[in-house]
Amino acid sequence: MADIKVAAYICKGCGLGDRLDTDALVKIAQKDGKVPLAKSHDFLCNADGVAMIKNDIASEGVTHIMIGACSRRAKTEAFYFPENAVARANLREGVIWIRPDTDEARETTQEMAEDYIRMGCGEVKAMTAPGGNPNTGGSKTMLVVGGGVTGMTTAIEASKTGYPVVLVEKTGALGGWAAKLYKRVPVHEPFKSPADTGVGELVSQVLGDSNIKVYLNATIAKTDGAPGRFVVDVATESGATHTEDIGAIVQATGFTLYDMNKLPELGGGKSPNVVDQAGLEALATAAAAGDGVIRRPSDGQPVKSVVFVQCAGQRDTTGQHLSYCSGYCCNASIKQAMYFKDANPSVDTTIIYTDLRTPGNGEDFYRSAQEKGVIFTKGKVAEVVLNGATSTVKFHDLILDDSNAAVVDVDLVVLATGQVANSGINIDAPAAAAEEAGAEPKVEVKPISILNLTYRQGPDVPQLKQGFTDSHFICFPYETRRTGIYTAGPVRRPMDIAQAREDATGAALKAIQALENAELGRAAHPRSGDLSFPKVRLEGCTQCKRCTVECPFGAIDEDEKRFPVFNESRCRRCGTCMGACPVRVISFENYSVNTVGAQIKAVDIPDEFSEKPRILILACENDAYPALDMAGMSRNEYSAFVRIIPIRCLGSVNTIWITDALNAGYDGVMMMGCKSGDEYQCHFVKGSELGRVRLSKIDDTLKTLNLEKERVRDLEVAITDIERVPEMINKYAAELVAVGPSPFKGF
Amino acid sequence: MSANTALAEKYRNNFLKEIEEQVEMGDWVKMCMQCGVCSGSCPTNFQSAWEHPPQELFMMIRAGKREEVLTSTSMWNCTSCYNCIVRCPRKLPITHIMHGIAEYAHRIGMAPKMQATRFFSGLFWKNATKTGRVNELKLSMGLYFKDGFAQGVKNGMAMQSVALGLVKAGRLNVMELFGGHKCKDQKGIQAMLKKAYEIERNRKAAKMAG
Repeated sequence: MADIKVAAYICKGCGLGDRLDTDALVKIAQKDGKVPLAKSHDFLCNADGVAMIKNDIASEGVTHIMIGACSRRAKTEAFYFPENAVARANLREGVIWIRPDTDEARETTQEMAEDYIRMGCGEVKAMTAPGGNPNTGGSKTMLVVGGGVTGMTTAIEASKTGYPVVLVEKTGALGGWAAKLYKRVPVHEPFKSPADTGVGELVSQVLGDSNIKVYLNATIAKTDGAPGRFVVDVATESGATHTEDIGAIVQATGFTLYDMNKLPELGGGKSPNVVDQAGLEALATAAAAGDGVIRRPSDGQPVKSVVFVQCAGQRDTTGQHLSYCSGYCCNASIKQAMYFKDANPSVDTTIIYTDLRTPGNGEDFYRSAQEKGVIFTKGKVAEVVLNGATSTVKFHDLILDDSNAAVVDVDLVVLATGQVANSGINIDAPAAAAEEAGAEPKVEVKPISILNLTYRQGPDVPQLKQGFTDSHFICFPYETRRTGIYTAGPVRRPMDIAQAREDATGAALKAIQALENAELGRAAHPRSGDLSFPKVRLEGCTQCKRCTVECPFGAIDEDEKRFPVFNESRCRRCGTCMGACPVRVISFENYSVNTVGAQIKAVDIPDEFSEKPRILILACENDAYPALDMAGMSRNEYSAFVRIIPIRCLGSVNTIWITDALNAGYDGVMMMGCKSGDEYQCHFVKGSELGRVRLSKIDDTLKTLNLEKERVRDLEVAITDIERVPEMINKYAAELVAVGPSPFKGF
Repeated sequence: MSANTALAEKYRNNFLKEIEEQVEMGDWVKMCMQCGVCSGSCPTNFQSAWEHPPQELFMMIRAGKREEVLTSTSMWNCTSCYNCIVRCPRKLPITHIMHGIAEYAHRIGMAPKMQATRFFSGLFWKNATKTGRVNELKLSMGLYFKDGFAQGVKNGMAMQSVALGLVKAGRLNVMELFGGHKCKDQKGIQAMLKKAYEIERNRKAAKMAG
């Protein structure tokens, strides 16, 4: 790092000049921060202030800038100096807005501001300006896996936006499930009758688009590389392999119906007159091709009475079947009941449901079915008893609380069995459990990998516990834990055609965002546009593999000597590898063990008789830090003894920071990260979870230091905790008074 | 009726069809979505006066429980406050359906004979149509003696002070017991009602015939 020149700027605007002694802060920057050029300005973010900084860069050769003003989350456009390393000391949201404007508070408030200036000066000196990932690829082609409604819609949308598409379909024809439907649930006014599926039109649109290259009867043999430079081998039926250069991937591999043979008590697999929803679609399609009468499969007699059993093998609490609701089946059964009623109103159609769930405009569709005379009965089906060609559906009527209710002489029973994701191999399944399952005499089909990724962490994208691909269904619905690979449609969560088409459009746009960012060497999301990337000092690496195992995004592979190979374009810049590394050789240009360590060390620790404890807060920049900023905006006061350092993710916390802080005489350390586990809110999916696993072992460190375990606190903070966070801080500060000052002060 | 044929009738559309065709507003019954807002809104329901709340009656109709529905006292308890109609998210005219079912049960002779509302309705109608004016004394006495002479005397004694108060205030004329006041054109009223009966009879006969 040749010739760095640091400059510090202190703003007096927004009340900072009234509440703080800014001249003293300038002196602190010069004396303690050892910054040769330190200035204050009345209004730093206005044109004049920014011009002053720019002038210093040009004429004074300033390379590193420390700005003591508002939060780093504010005024990002004014303080945008892409060529320079920039640190921000949060004097507004972090100091004057969370402290009372009283004479007695003035001293501690000033001390807080002085520490933040010292920390900013320390941090900026440990930084370099991020230059962007040089290991880029410029492919703009999108790979779509799956030729159903979702896949075709993704392909069409991407093509319309100007991106070439390669579409790979396993079967010999496009269309997927939707092509097997007789009709679909209506999506236009007046939502009264089943509508045409529209699949034919989609297929001809795909086939007629010269920008879309379609492989039928084809699978993905191998996926290698990273966003912008994926190399994908497409294996076709003839045995030939075609290699394609791909920028981003959308996996739209859809679903399989839950196997009704697993439901013998409902007659599944025991009679041809008990069918699943796909079976009824086939009967309806056959009827439409003939005389329009849906016939009983066993003897070809017209169906006079049909019962639809909702939630068959779904929302199961016993653990035998699907635990979830597939969401689309109520509307589908209503549609199928209409197949009968529209052809012949005298056919008895009964839908037995526990909760009728009709999303979208399904409520109008439901009402239309009632008008047409479909009988809706709230009940739980216990058994389907087969007596020759007809059957009796026994159920518990939940409105009349009649456990012996039954529908007799039923010609056809339709089981609404729900969707199971076609998500490939579950890479997180423990090997032992797989073996155990194999030992049982089950005829389970072993899942086949879809993407065949050459990634160290496995050949497919990670799954949620129900087998759908992992993506946060509210915050980032399409993003898998493999950067540049997106999932859309029922492989992601159960859904109907309308939702799948919306999904497809969203995933196409996300994939475009990923390949465009990849070409520029920037992060895709959630740190969109971030130019920093992990750098590793390989000569210090001990090949322990923690980084390659822990990376939530499978970005790090291993070479033959077990050294990590960083695929920067796959990286989301969370820093989990940096937190995991026991020898601390992984760092980012503007975020490293040193940048945070320097801040920790810069804080002035008063002696144990001062009654001024110091608490270090490492706050996640995604949720906890904004919550703290917003607490400031709402003027929710908290203790002046805390010093807050934003971190990229709880996963990036290296335990050396905690040890350093405690050794330096801090009385306590608070860790603020997002919720982890099945209902995670972590923006890096596994980051906070991995961070917590690491922190759970901090007790040993505390023991060796002979410190109380209250000195380190791990807290779950959400972005909405604007009032709760100050309360937590104050409560912890009070607790620490009871514990007493740290014995490490003054060493 | 054997258990087997009862089961055979159950969960067929027959009774629902009967209600749709015979009961005024009966064709709305199929539109109920079992949310229970009607039951929750009913001001009489908190006293457990309802054997079956409205949405349950509708479900019983769909389930083919003919006997239970038509002999039920539930629909007779409706006070026509219209809360359910106002609140029903499916816009079912619940109050009218309740009266429709009650009327149908009465028409085919299945309504509970001594149900108080039904008894009072009959008493009131007979009383009012006889002279064209309501004779309050005879009406209340008829109601007192509904459950037999001894009970009637007991009821009368219990209400003694109220009755005397009404007499003193000039609101109750004891002489009404003998004949009572009439409207001017008693014959005209009778003729009008006779005609109305005839029209109604023809309408219902046509309905019954399908």
